[in-house]
Amino acid sequence: MLDSLRRRPRLAFALLAVLLAALPFIMGFGLGNSWVRVLDFVLLYVLLAIGLNIVVGYAGLLDLGYIAFYALGAYVYAWLASPHFGLHLPFWAVLPIGAAVAGLFGVLLGAPTLRLRGDYLAIVTLGFGEIIRIFMNNLNAPFNLTNGPQGMNLIDPVSVAGLSFGKSLHLFGMKLPPTYLYYYLFLAFTLLAILVAFRLQDSRIGRAWAAIREDEVAAAAMGINTRNMKLLAFAMGATFGGLAGGLFAAFQGFISPESFTLWESILVLCMIVLGGMGNIPGVILGAVLLTMIPEALRYIGDLQRATLGHIVVDPSDLRMLLFGVALVAMMLFRPAGLLPSRQRKREFAAEDGVAEQEQASLYDAKA
Amino acid sequence: MSVLLSVDQVTKRFGGLAALEDVSLTVEAGEIYGLIGPNGAGKTTLFNCMTGLYTVTSGAVRLAGAEVQALKPHQIVKRGFARTFQNIRLFANMSALENVMVGRHPRTHATVLGAVLRCRKTRAEEAGIREHAHELLRYVGLGGKSRGLASHLSYGDQRRLEIARALATEPKLLALDEPVAGMNPNERQQMGELFRKLREGGVTLLLIEHDVKLVMGLCDRVAVLDYGRKIAEGPAEEVRRDPAVIAAYLGGEA
Repeated sequence: MLDSLRRRPRLAFALLAVLLAALPFIMGFGLGNSWVRVLDFVLLYVLLAIGLNIVVGYAGLLDLGYIAFYALGAYVYAWLASPHFGLHLPFWAVLPIGAAVAGLFGVLLGAPTLRLRGDYLAIVTLGFGEIIRIFMNNLNAPFNLTNGPQGMNLIDPVSVAGLSFGKSLHLFGMKLPPTYLYYYLFLAFTLLAILVAFRLQDSRIGRAWAAIREDEVAAAAMGINTRNMKLLAFAMGATFGGLAGGLFAAFQGFISPESFTLWESILVLCMIVLGGMGNIPGVILGAVLLTMIPEALRYIGDLQRATLGHIVVDPSDLRMLLFGVALVAMMLFRPAGLLPSRQRKREFAAEDGVAEQEQASLYDAKA
Repeated sequence: MSVLLSVDQVTKRFGGLAALEDVSLTVEAGEIYGLIGPNGAGKTTLFNCMTGLYTVTSGAVRLAGAEVQALKPHQIVKRGFARTFQNIRLFANMSALENVMVGRHPRTHATVLGAVLRCRKTRAEEAGIREHAHELLRYVGLGGKSRGLASHLSYGDQRRLEIARALATEPKLLALDEPVAGMNPNERQQMGELFRKLREGGVTLLLIEHDVKLVMGLCDRVAVLDYGRKIAEGPAEEVRRDPAVIAAYLGGEA
């Protein structure tokens, strides 16, 4: 089945398109409309993960404050399209502004951290993520910029050509709730992001990033401007994050600093690591799994209530436990991720290869 | 002949330690210039100063007349001065072909927008990069090994690949840091042939080498470093007979 599809990429592509188009209906009728909302979040996280993958997976810069860009995109959207300042710019203007602001902050974060690598870079970016969140939490005085911990609400929904995504759409006798409409909007942006990421990876720019990840000194000796290329990676990743943030703000209609905690940064990083760093299908898989599984775990709470009458194990505790177990299992059995990129697989396999070779020569010696 | 590279009274100190003291030398276009000296003499330090990895404490490095000692490594590469490393620094998890393709970076122009839109110009450039890389692999004798992982190549082939990768940047001057270290005599001879072929192709070579026999047979002129100072410079045969060189370097072995 899979083989025959691989031989006919067009057919596979058509099937995938139909599946993606029908997915909210399948989920909606099969599992209930709350799952369509989950699908929307899956797409947002895919978008985030693809952005972070440019920074971490392609250029090898460990960024633990990625969610700050998501927050910036969301707040810019809220500032420009909510009653807070009385501005109601259309989404097609606000979204690029938010993405650009996030991208700019990406460069601002990147510039002072250029000399840092690995752990040190991780610490600084982690601090940056927290700084943005704490700013958002406290900038309600002296001038009320962010409305502090209460957050900002009544954010305008996306509206295209008079069609507001905030209200249900009646089409051919069918009622499409906002979650369905946003699904298609997010899908469009996600597919676009995937295309951009694929094309960047397989280009002069992508090769330069990979070279920096492999050996920065050698990359510089090959004429690569490592400073600019690293800043570019930060900016590109941040732009994706800002875009996702804007979409998130429009979708939710409400944002507060609580949505942008360190945990979110770590979650997105986990998606990449779990799925397979540097490999887009892997990153997508990681984002889908880590968004869907916690939702599925809610049923365990219902199940306990139904069978035992009360909740013994809190599903959200279970979530953390499973997360830990999954990550440990990953390190042991698939250190390069579920769907690793060709390169990562080699990186992790390289040592095994040597060990095997040594073993083999030992056996030869014995025989 | 015109002077391609001139090193003018370069001093490099690490804290109180002077790794290079007032070193001057000139490399002329079209020659093979050898840099020899005992371990720790400062040969690689000089390479690093010339290629922008280290900033010199004082002195100047000129490439085709223009000062380059304050430039970043990638700017120096762009001006036509490429190098290889003593301890091979390939992109180990990329294929041989990809390694050479990275080397095309400074001579190509695709931007983010071009890469994303993949317009005709970008596609043509990309095809050109691939073709050029294949050609260079064949040139250094790795024609059949383009798909293999760089780290899976034999030691000698890795050295060749590093040269191919450096050649991809279209250097006028190529600096090779111990390119035949650890090779057997047969391989050394083949590398020597490659160097001559490179020179005939118009590339000026600057090489650090321990193998005195190779250096003497190959190089037009030789400079000898000892304890961070240049103790001799000139045609190979002259330098060989220089008493200071014999005392410092060859004398140790005799």
